[in-house]
Amino acid sequence: MPDAAASLSVSVWRGGPEAGAFRSFDVPALKNQTVLDVVAWIQRNAEPTLSYRFACRVGMCGSCAMMVNGQPRWTCRTHVRKVAEDGRLEIAPLRNLPVIKDLAVDMDPFFDKWVKAEGVFHSSTDRAADIAPVRPSTPARVAADAGIECINCAVCYAACDSVAANPDYLGPAALNRAWTLLNDAKDSGRVAILDAVSRPGGCTSCHSQGSCERFCPNELSPLTSIAGLKREAAWRFLRKES
Amino acid sequence: MLDMRLYMLQRLSALVMAPLVFGHIAVMIYAIGGGLSAAEVLGRTQGSVGWMLFYGTFVVVVSIHAAIGLRVVLAETIRIGRLPLALFSWAVCLGLLYMGLSAVHAVTAS
Ligand code: SF4
Ligand code: SF4
Ligand code: FES
Repeated sequence: MPDAAASLSVSVWRGGPEAGAFRSFDVPALKNQTVLDVVAWIQRNAEPTLSYRFACRVGMCGSCAMMVNGQPRWTCRTHVRKVAEDGRLEIAPLRNLPVIKDLAVDMDPFFDKWVKAEGVFHSSTDRAADIAPVRPSTPARVAADAGIECINCAVCYAACDSVAANPDYLGPAALNRAWTLLNDAKDSGRVAILDAVSRPGGCTSCHSQGSCERFCPNELSPLTSIAGLKREAAWRFLRKES
Repeated sequence: MLDMRLYMLQRLSALVMAPLVFGHIAVMIYAIGGGLSAAEVLGRTQGSVGWMLFYGTFVVVVSIHAAIGLRVVLAETIRIGRLPLALFSWAVCLGLLYMGLSAVHAVTAS
């Protein structure tokens, strides 16, 4: 562990969508320090125009994800001592998304794909109806619960090589949401969801290598959700349901 | 790039292929371990409807499976339009079918 007098050698990506480069900074190493603390220190003390995104600082909002030494991380909950290599950090904008400036990426393609995957609630009743009981123990509810704690951080999307290879691929987070809704007793969008995820770029584009699961900071497994979608879509195809 | 039909075709061809692969490996081990000569092998395969069906089916499912698999690899490796992609897939499938079925014909025709 670096002592208080030591410093970290940090390179940070600076630039817009067209061009950019890494710039190096020496940042005081502290005993307890997150990657987001390091970025904030640089912005406050060395590079006031550095752009980056964060809000909650406690792993709730999903806005602070960046590439740290080549791997996607939620920076507010990533301790420097766990990821620094010989006191070095390389901090870059999230992979697979267009850069706006410095460490801030455009999240639109990520969220557009949630909608494209029908990762939106499909209501079947109106406000006058009684509240439908949801039993926590049903297999469908257990499957939905397993994927529900997503904070939309796009770490999995950045980790996914299938997204990198195929820009049309909906990606792990959107498909994970589609799967939780498919298993939600209150959601009536089964046909729309299965249509959406069966198209080219849908669940069949997943290679099942599991980078999403490996990197999801909330320890969700989009891989498992996507396997579920593949199973449902395949049965539907065989039964020729519509 | 990979619609549901192609996806299912690739899964189902894999399902058929898996036992055939094991059968093929068993045959290879038997033929080599037992020291069968080419003439002895041909003596058993020529005129055999069983071997013709076994390896004929094998060739058909391999051609389908490989063509779809290579199609995905190509589409994810280089940017390519739908038509060239379809032509490529068909060329792979028909090429493998031609080579495989010629080989099956050569060893099983009497
Ligand atoms: S398992 Fe599928 S969704 Fe997850 S990273 Fe791999 S290709 Fe992407
Ligand atoms: S599935 Fe995990 S990694 Fe992906 S967006 Fe949700 S919380 Fe982030
Ligand atoms: S700042 Fe909210 S999750 Fe990191």
